[in-house]
Amino acid sequence: MLDGLRFLPMLHAVAEPILEIQKVVKRFDGFTAVDGVSLQVHAGETVGLLGVNGAGKTTLMNMILGLTTPSSGSIHAFGMDLRTQRLEILRRANFCTTYATLPGNLKVRHNLEIFARLYAVPRPKAKVAELLALLEISHLAEKSTGQLSAGESTRVNLAKALLNDPELLLLDEPTASLDPDIADKVRKLVRHLQRERHPAILYTSHNMRDIEEVCDRVLFLHAGKILAAGTPAELTHHFQEDDLENVFIKIARAQ
Amino acid sequence: MPSPTVIAALLTRYILLYARNPMRAFELFFWPLVQLLVWGFLTMFLQKQGGDGFPEYITFLIGGIILWDALFRAQQGVSISFLEDVWTRNLLNIFAAPVRMIDYIGATFAVGILRVAITAGMLALVASLAYSFDLFRFEWGLLAYYTNLMLFGWALGIVSISLILRWGHAAESLAWAIPFMVQPFACVFYPLETLPPWMRAISTAFPPAHVFEGMRASILHGGFGLREFTIALGLNALYLALSGWLFASVLRSAREKGLLVKTSST
Ligand SMILES: Nc1ncnc2c1ncn2[C@@H]1O[C@H](COP(=O)(O)OP(=O)(O)OP(=O)(O)O)[C@@H](O)[C@H]1O
Ligand SMILES: [Mg+2]
Repeated sequence: MLDGLRFLPMLHAVAEPILEIQKVVKRFDGFTAVDGVSLQVHAGETVGLLGVNGAGKTTLMNMILGLTTPSSGSIHAFGMDLRTQRLEILRRANFCTTYATLPGNLKVRHNLEIFARLYAVPRPKAKVAELLALLEISHLAEKSTGQLSAGESTRVNLAKALLNDPELLLLDEPTASLDPDIADKVRKLVRHLQRERHPAILYTSHNMRDIEEVCDRVLFLHAGKILAAGTPAELTHHFQEDDLENVFIKIARAQ
Repeated sequence: MPSPTVIAALLTRYILLYARNPMRAFELFFWPLVQLLVWGFLTMFLQKQGGDGFPEYITFLIGGIILWDALFRAQQGVSISFLEDVWTRNLLNIFAAPVRMIDYIGATFAVGILRVAITAGMLALVASLAYSFDLFRFEWGLLAYYTNLMLFGWALGIVSISLILRWGHAAESLAWAIPFMVQPFACVFYPLETLPPWMRAISTAFPPAHVFEGMRASILHGGFGLREFTIALGLNALYLALSGWLFASVLRSAREKGLLVKTSST
């Protein structure tokens, strides 16, 4: 009994979500891109966002990064309100998206070292070297960022996303331009991170294999609303399909 | 307050961008030099034609060209640095990093200081060789002129990036055009009294007119116009505050409209 009581505060601390989104709505000139989404992501948990093109996945991520302000609803991370403590949150978060690139005429190493300093990483050079090795792109360090292939630059963006050992990591289609071999390596990397660092990860992809391999939970977004949620196994079971790909098609066509 | 490490990191980035892009560096030297040579020799020619008229004209003009360049470079330091991030689709990475806007703008100010230092050094040297013009004749006044012109250049730079943020690529050319919209009112090459009354009213509301009036007075009578300096400084404080307010409100509305993501990715 006593033991149980002593444990309670700790359990509470463990259970507090890293990311908590409540009834977030985003309207652009009367068009509703995100329509009342609520979700929680805990430390060590990877949540997949699925949905057809234009479902609102990227818009949701942009709101979490403070790039776009919600029309209503609230976003908290690490127990802090994004509206008032954006910088504190961003220090502990990071993201990888194909919508942004690093300046093309700088060397990969320079770009990463500069971002390491922006994120106040203690030993920028060492951290960059470590990440380049982890992503198996050490040979690209001295190349101009603009000369990289799409897949190479995705991995550089991933290295940027890991510079500050983020506790909250947003990955927007991280495997979109990768060949199957590298995509597989990226999934392994994400699983490695999950084991070693337990970040809360929000992950979008149109590749169902990604989702099945790395996500603990999946949310189906359609026209800005969450239509279905569950583990990949729960969803396939619930929709009586044999894989997520077919679940995706079933949900998308039903709308 | 401003974070030196963040500003230093951003500044390093801009310096590397210049170092690795010779065209950028070339542009920095080429235009001011051409301006100085063309206008300098034109004035020399006109002075010869007009007999022994006013020997001060060449000094007015060269002083004007060199000092005007400070305003222009400072404005460009802010606006081109920002555009550099737009062009390289890097804006999103910066805005979603723990970088405060004050540090971001601070870094672009620092780029302005570097650009001004480089072009001013070169122009002073060429002016002294080609026209025996001694920029340092203004002594400490020089520092005062530069301060006021750069402050106003920064304010114009912030206005430029606000417009680019709001209107996107369509407004990019404003990065170059804005200083020239102000130039007729800046009284760089002619005294304030040359202007018709309605223009004079606008001119006196802008800091550069006071700086250049002060410069001309100093060339003619020596000394330093403390009054002009103080007025210009006060006006600059006002313009910087206004431009900061403009930028903050444009930024807020850009976040609402989702423009931050668009400006950087289209
Ligand atoms: N700044 C904006 N202004 C107006 N509409 C926008 C803006 N940003 C996004 N939208 C609209 O919001 C909707 C959701 O877009 P979003 O980019 O979030 O989709 P997505 O789920 O990421 O799609 P995809 O799978 O294609 O990446 C789209 O219809 C898009 O046109
Ligand atoms: Mg998207």
